[in-house]
Amino acid sequence: MKSAQMAFRFATIAAALCSFCLGASAQSQPPSTYALTHAKIFTLVGSPIEDGTLIIRDGKIAAVGATVEVPAGAQVIDAKGLQIYPGLFDPITQMGLSEISAVNATVDSTETGAYNPDVIAATAVSPSSEHIPVTRASGITEVLTVPDSGGFDSGGTRGVIGGQASAIHLSGWTINDMLIKKSVAMVISWPEIQTRTFDFATFSRKEKPFAEAKQDYEKQVNELTDYLDRARHYAQAMGHGGPADFQRDLKLEALAPVVRGQLPVLVFADRARDIRNAVEFCDKQKLKMILAGGEEAYKVKDLLRSKGIPVILRPTLSLPPEEDDAYDRLLSQPAELAAAGVRIAFGSFDNSFARRLGQQAANAVAYGLPYDEALKAVTLYPAEIFGVADQVGTLETGKIANIIVTNGDPLEITTEVKFLFIKGQRTSLDNRHQRLYEKYFNRPKATATN
Amino acid sequence: MPLATRLRAAIVCLLCFFGLPFLTPAATPPDAPTVILIQNATILTVSHGTIEHGSILIKDGKIAEVGASIRAPKDAQVVDAAGQFVIPGIIDCHSHIAVDGSVNEGSVSVSSMVNIADVLNPDDIDIYRDLAGGVTVANVLHGSANSIGGQTVVIKLRWGQPASKLPFEGAVPGIKFALGENPKRSNFSIPGSNQRYPTTRMGVEETIRTAFVEARDYKKTWDDYDKKVAAGDKNAIPPRRDLRLDPLVEVLEGKRYVHAHCYREDEILMLLRVAKEFGFKVRTLQHVLEGYKVADEIAAAGTGASTFSDWWAYKVEAYDAIPYNAALMTRRGVLVSINSDDAEEATHLNQEAAKSMKYGGLTHDEALKLVTLNPAIQLGIDKRVGSIDVGKDADLVIYNHDPLSAYAVVQQTLIDGRVYFDRKRDISERDAREKEKKALMEKEKKAEEKKPGAAGEGGKKPSAKPDEKKPEEKKPEDKPKPPQADAVSGGAL
Repeated sequence: MKSAQMAFRFATIAAALCSFCLGASAQSQPPSTYALTHAKIFTLVGSPIEDGTLIIRDGKIAAVGATVEVPAGAQVIDAKGLQIYPGLFDPITQMGLSEISAVNATVDSTETGAYNPDVIAATAVSPSSEHIPVTRASGITEVLTVPDSGGFDSGGTRGVIGGQASAIHLSGWTINDMLIKKSVAMVISWPEIQTRTFDFATFSRKEKPFAEAKQDYEKQVNELTDYLDRARHYAQAMGHGGPADFQRDLKLEALAPVVRGQLPVLVFADRARDIRNAVEFCDKQKLKMILAGGEEAYKVKDLLRSKGIPVILRPTLSLPPEEDDAYDRLLSQPAELAAAGVRIAFGSFDNSFARRLGQQAANAVAYGLPYDEALKAVTLYPAEIFGVADQVGTLETGKIANIIVTNGDPLEITTEVKFLFIKGQRTSLDNRHQRLYEKYFNRPKATATN
Repeated sequence: MPLATRLRAAIVCLLCFFGLPFLTPAATPPDAPTVILIQNATILTVSHGTIEHGSILIKDGKIAEVGASIRAPKDAQVVDAAGQFVIPGIIDCHSHIAVDGSVNEGSVSVSSMVNIADVLNPDDIDIYRDLAGGVTVANVLHGSANSIGGQTVVIKLRWGQPASKLPFEGAVPGIKFALGENPKRSNFSIPGSNQRYPTTRMGVEETIRTAFVEARDYKKTWDDYDKKVAAGDKNAIPPRRDLRLDPLVEVLEGKRYVHAHCYREDEILMLLRVAKEFGFKVRTLQHVLEGYKVADEIAAAGTGASTFSDWWAYKVEAYDAIPYNAALMTRRGVLVSINSDDAEEATHLNQEAAKSMKYGGLTHDEALKLVTLNPAIQLGIDKRVGSIDVGKDADLVIYNHDPLSAYAVVQQTLIDGRVYFDRKRDISERDAREKEKKALMEKEKKAEEKKPGAAGEGGKKPSAKPDEKKPEEKKPEDKPKPPQADAVSGGAL
C-alpha cells in the first residue's frame, strides 16, 4: 500500500513536471529525436530483438536494431526490462463520433436515411473526446472511426450505405493532425431478411411472414444494385469530362472510387447466409470487400479464403448467436479462420470497450490462435486490410512512429503501457479515469457521515 | 423466431419419437463419486494463501482436506491437475440468467410483491455458458426499472437439475432497489405513454420513503396483533396481509438483504440516509460506479459494493465510471465484489477481477477475492462457499493457467463435488450433438411435408435455415436500445 502510494505520488509529481515542461516549450518545437535503448523490440517483421535500440526522428522510425548508434541530441529513454511494440490498431470504433451513447446530442455516428455514401467520419471527429486518451492509455495508437458501425448507440434502424470510414491517430490538436487517411472504406450494412421488426411509432414488435421479409430484402438489394449502377455511369461520365452542364451529385461522386475498385467496401454481416449473399454481390459488382462482424464467418471460411476477403471480427468475448452453438464458438472462431487461411483482425465495434482490444485477442489465443497471429491481428493486419501498412503496423524504418513501450505482453490484461509515441511524439497517458482516480485517491478521510 | 426457439418447439413435438435429445450439453451430470482427490494443483485458497502442488480431498460434496500432500483414500477418484490452477467457484453478485421472460415488472415503481424465484428457468443455456466460465453461484435479480424492484434469489448453477434444485439452500433472500436514471426512466420514453412517478432522483427518494412508512405502519399492525394473541386475546383479528409490504417488513427486521442498483454519489448517500432513517442496512450497492467518491461513507455504513470492472460512458451517470473503482473502495475499507450483470460478462469474471491489479494495484489475492470470498460475504453464504477451506462446499474451478490472465481457460467446474462442466467432455460430445440436431431437423422437415395443407399459408417453414436472429450486441446493464417486445418496459437490467 505504502509503496503504491509513494509510486503514485511520484508519478503525480512527474506528471506535473512534465506538463510544466510541455507548457514551457509550448512555443518552441517539442523534441524530434528519441532513442529508446536496451528494450526487447517486437518489430513484427522477423524475430524480436533482445537488447535493441529504436530511434525516432521527425515523427518516423529512423532506425531499429541491436547495434544502432544513439544520435547526438536525441532524448534517450532507457527501456531496460521493457518491451517495444507497434501501437495497437482498432479497426472498428466510433472514436470521436460518440461520447455518451445514451445522449443523442453527443452522438454523430449514424446519419439518417439509407444512402449516405458522401458522409465522412473525419468530419465529425471531436479531438477532445474523453474516449481518445482513455483508449490511448491501453496502447491503442490508431483506429478506424466508422460511421453506422453499431456500438452501444446502435439502436434503431441502420442505413444501407453508411458513409466513409477514416483512419486516425489517437492524438492531435485538430483532425488535420490526427488523419492517417480520410477515406479508407465505404460502409455497407448488408440488408437482412428480417421477419421481426420493432415499430417505434406503436412501440411494439411486428412479425412479418418470411416471403414478405424476403421480398423486402430483395427490394433493398435491388436498390443498392441500382444505386451502384448509377454511380458507375456517373463515374464514367466523370472520367470523360462530362457535358458542360454536368450536374454534380455528391452521393454518386463519393461512390466513384468504390465502383472503380479503388476504395474497399466494409460490409457488416454476421450470419452465414448474409455473408454469402454479400460476397456474391460484391463479386458481381467487382467491389473490393472487407467483412465486418462475421459471427458465422467460420461457416463460409473457404469462400472467404478463395475470394481473399478479410474479416474484422466482432469481439471474441461475445455469446454465440445460437442457443445450441458450442459455448466457445466465438472464442475458437479466430483460430479456425486463421488456420483456413482467412485474414483476420479484431475490432471493438465500440468506444467504451475499445480498451478490451488486447483482451479480445488474448482470449482468441487461449482458444487456439497462434500468438503471433493475434498480435498481428491488432497491429499489422488491420493496417494492411485498410491500405495504410506503408505507414503503420510494424516497427520498420520509415514508418510513422506509433509505438508503445510496455512492461509485458500488450495483449495481457495486467500489462501496463509505460511510454507511448504517436507520430513520433511522446504522448501523455493521462486521461479522465486516471485523473478521477488521483483526485479521489487524495480525498481526505470523510469525518462526518450522513 | 430464433433457430434455437424453433428447435425447442421441434424437440417438444418429437420427444415421443426420439427420446431425450442432448442438443445442449449434458443435461444431467453423472452422479459424482462420493470421494474425489484433486492432486498436484496450484491451489489458490483465497482464505489462506496459495499451495503449490497441493491436493484437495472431496467427500460427500464437501471439502474434506486441503494440503500439500494427501494420501488418496482407497475408493477415491483421483484427478491429476498437474500444471493447473484451482480456485473456489466464482460468485456473480449480479446476474439475470435463468430468468424466464422479462426482468422488470415495469408497471409500478414499487414492485416488491414479485419474486424472481417464481420464474427460474433451469433450461436457460446461459447457466451452462456461465458454468463454463467458472461461475458456480449467481445472485439473480430483477431489472432496475423500479425504485423498489422484486425479490431476488441466490442460485447454484446446477445445470440439468430442475428449477427447485437451483436456489442456494439457506441463503438469505434479497430485494432489488434501483436509483437514478433507470427508475426515473430517463432513457426509456415510450411514445404516447404517460410519464410515471418518479422522474427525478428526489422522487426516487420519496418513493422509497413512502413505501417504508407504509411498511412500518403495516408492521405495527402485525406487532399489535401478535401482542394481543400472546396476551391470550382469542378475538384478535389478524391484519389483512399485504404482499407488497411483507418483503419490506422483512427488510426492516433484517431478514431480507437490500441490493441497490446505483451510480451517482448523491443517490448513494441518499439511500444510506433513508436506510438509517428506517433502521435497516443496505447489504450491497450494485454497480455503484461513483462509489469511489464516497467510499468512506459506504464503509462507515457497513455496506458492501458490487461493481463493474471497466464499463463506462454508455449513459450520463456512467461518465465518471473508472476502472479504479474496485481498488479505491477496497483501500477505503469497503467490501467489494465485481459482478457481471450480463450472461457473457459472467463467463470471464476472473479476467475482470484481474483488471483491479492494473487499475489501482490490488494484490493477486485481493483481486481473486472480488469474485469469490467477497461476494460470498455480501450474500451471506461465506460459511458455505467463497474459499477453499475444509468443511466448505466443494465448488471449485480448475484452470489451465493462472486465472487472473486472459489466457486461462476453464477445464472443469464442480458444484457440491460434482463435475457440472468438463471442457474435454463438452468437446467430445459436439459431433454427436451436431448429428442429433441434423436428424431432428430432417425429421421435422418430413413431418411438415406430411402434414395436410402444409404447403398453404404459413406452412412452409425453411427448416434448414430459418429466419435469423439479429446478433445481440453486448449489453451494458441498461443500454437504451430498442427493446424487444417482451422488454418494452425498458430492458433495464
